[in-house]
Amino acid sequence: MDNQRRKFLGTMGAITAGTLLAGNRFAFAADKSPIKVGVLHSLSGTMAISESALKDVALMTFEQINASGGVMGRMIEPVVVDPASNWPLFAEKARQLLTKDKVAVVFGCWTSVSRKSVLPVFEELNGLLFYPVQYEGEELSQNVFYTGAAPNQQAIPAVEYLMSKDGGGAKRFFLLGTDYVYPRTTNKILRAFLKSKGVKEADIVEVYTPFGHSDYQTIVANIKKFAGGGKTTVISTINGDSNVPFYKELGNQGLKATDVPVMAFSVAEQELAGMDAKPLVGHLAAWNYFESVKSPVNIAFVKMWKDYVKKKGLKDFPVTDDPMEATYVGIHMWKQAVEKAHSDAVDKVRIAMAGQTFKAPSGFTLEMDKTNHHLHKPVMIGEIRADGQFNVVWKTPTTIRAQPWSPYIAGNEGKQKL
Amino acid sequence: MTRSAIYLCCIVLALLSLPARAALDAGQLSKLAADDNDAKVAVVKYLASHPSPEAEAVLTAMDNDALYQNQGRLLIVRGDQAIDAATLQALGPVPDSAESIIVNNRLRGAVQGALSAFKLFSSDLATRLKAARDVKQDPRPEQLPLIQQALAKETNAEIHQDLLLAQASIQISSSNEAERLAAVKILGATNNPEVRTKLADMLIQNNGQYNEASPVVRAAAQQALKSIDLRISLARAAASLFSGLSLGSVLLLAALGLAITYGVMGVINMAHGELLMVGAYATYFVQGWFKTHLPQHFDWYVLAALPIAFLAAAGVGMVMERLVIRRLYGRPLETLLATWGISLILIQLARVSFGAQNVDVANPSWLSGGIEIIQDVVLPWNRIIILGFSMAVLVFMSFLLSRTRLGLFMRAVTQNRAMAGALGVPTGTVDTLAFGLGAGIAGLGGVALSQISNVGPDMGQGYIVDSFMVVVLGGVGQIAGTVYAALGLGIVNKLLESWSGAVIAKIVVLVFIILFIQKRPQGLFALKGRSVD
Repeated sequence: MDNQRRKFLGTMGAITAGTLLAGNRFAFAADKSPIKVGVLHSLSGTMAISESALKDVALMTFEQINASGGVMGRMIEPVVVDPASNWPLFAEKARQLLTKDKVAVVFGCWTSVSRKSVLPVFEELNGLLFYPVQYEGEELSQNVFYTGAAPNQQAIPAVEYLMSKDGGGAKRFFLLGTDYVYPRTTNKILRAFLKSKGVKEADIVEVYTPFGHSDYQTIVANIKKFAGGGKTTVISTINGDSNVPFYKELGNQGLKATDVPVMAFSVAEQELAGMDAKPLVGHLAAWNYFESVKSPVNIAFVKMWKDYVKKKGLKDFPVTDDPMEATYVGIHMWKQAVEKAHSDAVDKVRIAMAGQTFKAPSGFTLEMDKTNHHLHKPVMIGEIRADGQFNVVWKTPTTIRAQPWSPYIAGNEGKQKL
Repeated sequence: MTRSAIYLCCIVLALLSLPARAALDAGQLSKLAADDNDAKVAVVKYLASHPSPEAEAVLTAMDNDALYQNQGRLLIVRGDQAIDAATLQALGPVPDSAESIIVNNRLRGAVQGALSAFKLFSSDLATRLKAARDVKQDPRPEQLPLIQQALAKETNAEIHQDLLLAQASIQISSSNEAERLAAVKILGATNNPEVRTKLADMLIQNNGQYNEASPVVRAAAQQALKSIDLRISLARAAASLFSGLSLGSVLLLAALGLAITYGVMGVINMAHGELLMVGAYATYFVQGWFKTHLPQHFDWYVLAALPIAFLAAAGVGMVMERLVIRRLYGRPLETLLATWGISLILIQLARVSFGAQNVDVANPSWLSGGIEIIQDVVLPWNRIIILGFSMAVLVFMSFLLSRTRLGLFMRAVTQNRAMAGALGVPTGTVDTLAFGLGAGIAGLGGVALSQISNVGPDMGQGYIVDSFMVVVLGGVGQIAGTVYAALGLGIVNKLLESWSGAVIAKIVVLVFIILFIQKRPQGLFALKGRSVD
C-alpha cells in the first residue's frame, strides 16, 4: 500500500514536474521504482500444457530486459497469477491484477473464451492486455493488443497453399475441429472462402468432436472414404490434447501425408514435443514463426530459451513456438512504447504502440498496425520433420496486415476500414 | 570413410539386378539445388526413368532428408560424412555451409513412387512384395514402363496380380480403347477408391454424352463397380463393428479397476482416473529406462511396463486405503470428497515432477501400423492388441476373484464383514489388498491407454466419468455387467457417431444412460438375494 502511494505520488510529482519543465524525460529519469506487470496464464488445469511455457517465456524476457537496464531505468517486477484453466477465474484474477496489484500491463490468455471472459474487466478498468495466440478475429478492443495471427494471417493463406500445385492441388476439404468458438468461426470463414474459389458444397465436410475426444477411428475411416472422391486435404483445428490420438490413428490406419495431408492450425513445436513425430512426417502447420527459421535474431532467441530452461531446471520442453515468439515480441514492443511515451500509463502507451516496429525472431520486422491493434505478420507453412521440427516449405515475401473482421463473414463489410 | 565405402558396396550389391544402367546427368541433378519445385519434380521423373545405383541413392537420400547442397554441388549426408550425389564419391566430412534440400509432400510422393518402382527389381521377395503393394496403392503414370518390365519377369503370383492391377489403374486413363477395356475388366478386383471414382466417372453423362464413349467399356465398368462396391461395403461394416469393440475394450480397461474398488468394495473412488495416470507415467518411466539401458530391446518396453505399472498403482492405492479410505468406510460422502482431494494432490504431484506438458510415449513397432483387410480399411495393431489385452486382464481378474483364497476372502468380507471377521478373516488386510488389486488393474489400464492417447497430469480426468458410467450401467457389484456395459456402450457410441457425429453421439449416450438408470437403478445386472448393503 505504501509502495502504491509512493508510486502514485511519484507519478503525480512527475506529471507536475513534467508540465513545469515542459519535457518529462528528465522528470521520469528520477523515478526508479519497479514497474509491475501481470502474467495471466493457466499454470494448472487442461490449458497448463500450452500456457505454462508462455509464462516462462514472459519471465525470461523480463529478465533479459532487466539485465540490460530495464524500462527507462526502471526494473520490471512480474506478478504471476494462476487462473487454473477456469474461465470465470480469469476475470477475477484480471481484476485482482488491475485493482490490487495495480500492474501497468498484463500479458496473458490463450483460449478465446478466456479472452472474452477478461475483456469486460480490462475495458471497465482501462487496463492493457497483450494477447499472444492466433485466434478467430471478430473482435477489436481498445484495451487489447493482439500479437497472434488473425484468420487472414494463418487460415486463408494455408488453404491457398493447399490448393496450389505445390500444396497438392486439393479439391476436397475435410474441416475437422474441436467443438468451440475458434474452430467454428474459422471454418465458417474458410467455407465462405472456399466457395468464393469455386469449391462445391459437396466437396466440403465439417466435423466437430467434443473437448478431449480420444477415439478417432470413425473419423479417420470417414476421411478415407471422403478422399476416394478426389485430392483431399484435412484442415484441422483440433485443440491441444486430442491431437495425439488423432495423429496416432492416422499413422496406424496408414493415411500418409503424401495422399491426404493434414493442415493444422493449433499444432506447434511444443505440442509435437509431447508426441512421437515419426508417423507425422509431411503433415503441415501454418504459423507466423517456426523454430527452424534461420535468422540471426531467431538463433539468439532459441539459444536464450534453451539456456533459460536449463538454468532454471524447468520441466518445459526446450523448443520455441509461435505463441512464445508472439509473447516475446509483445513484451518488447510494450517496452519500446513505454520508452517512446515516457510513461507506463495505459492511454499514453496505447498511442505510442501504433506503428511500433520490432525485429522479430521470424526474420521479419513486424509492425503494430496504426489503427487495428494487430501485428503485421509473415505467414509460413511448415511440414513436420521426424525430429518434431518443421521444414518451412512456403512463406509470404512480406508481412501481411491483419483483417480482424473477416470479409468472408456477412455483416463485416463496414468494419474493414479499421 | 570405411562406413561410406561399405554403404556404397551395399547399394551396388542391392542394385545389381536393375535394368538399363546409365550415369546421372550432373546438369539435371543440379536443378535439385534450385528453389523451383516444378524443376525438382521433373528431375525426380528423370531419375525414375533412369534406374541406377546413383539414382536410387539420390532418391533414398531425398526421402530421408539427407540430400544437401553446398555451392550448387549436391551431397548425400551419412552421419557426418558427405558423398557426392552424381558420382557417389566420398568427399570427407560435411562442410558447415551445406544446406539441406527441402522435400515437400509433392516431391516426396514422386520420390517414394520412383523408389517403389525401383524396388520391383529387388532380389528379395519381401521387398518386391512391399514395393508391388505400394505401387498398387498409389499408381503413377511415370511408373508404367518399369511396371511393365517387372511384369514381364515377375514369377511370384501375388506380386504379378498386384502389378497387373497397378498397370490397369494407370491404363484406365489410356486413349486406346482396347487397353481401357482390358484395364476395366481387371479392375473389378481392385479396392483402390480412386480407381473406383474413375470407373464411376466413366458412367456419368455430360450433355447427353457419356464420359466413356465405348458402350463395351461402359458395360465392363458397370460390372467392375458392382463387385468393388459389394466388397468395400462389407469391409466397412466389419471395420465399424471392430471400432465399436475397440472403444468398448478401452472403456473396459478404464473401468475394470473401478469395478473392484467401487463395484465390489463400494468405495466411491474419485481418484480412479489418477491411478490410470500412475500406470501411464510408469510406462513412460520404463520407456526412458529402456532408452538409456537397453536400446536394442526397446520394442519390448511395454511388456516390462506391465508389472511395474501394476505395482506402482497398487502401491499408491494401498497407501490411499491405509491412510484415508479406511477411516471413512460407511461414509460415502466423505469418501467422495477425500478421494477427490487425493486426485487433485496426485495431479499436482505429477505436474511438479514431470512438468505440465504431456510426455511422449512412443508406440513400439509391433504396436504401430495395422492389417489391411482391404485397401483403405485398416485394423490398427494397437487396437487389436488392446482388445486382446483387455480380455486377458478380465480373465486374470475373474480368476483371482473366483479361484484364489484372496478372492474368496474379498467376497466374504464384502458380503458380510462381521461374519467373515468372526471366522478369522483378517478383514483390514483384505480391504487393503482388495483396494490395491483394483488400483493395480487401473495401472494396467494406464499402460494400454498410454499407447493410444495422451500421457499427462490431467489424463485421468477424461476417464473418470466414462468409468463410473460403465460400472453403474453394468450394475454395481457385477464384473460381468461391467463387461457387457463397456462393449455395448462402445458399439452403440460408434454406430451413433458414424450416423450423427461425435458430439451428438456423446450427448445421446449420456441421456440414454440417465433415462436407463431412472428406470432401472440397479443397472443391467443386479445381484440377486442379499446384496452388498
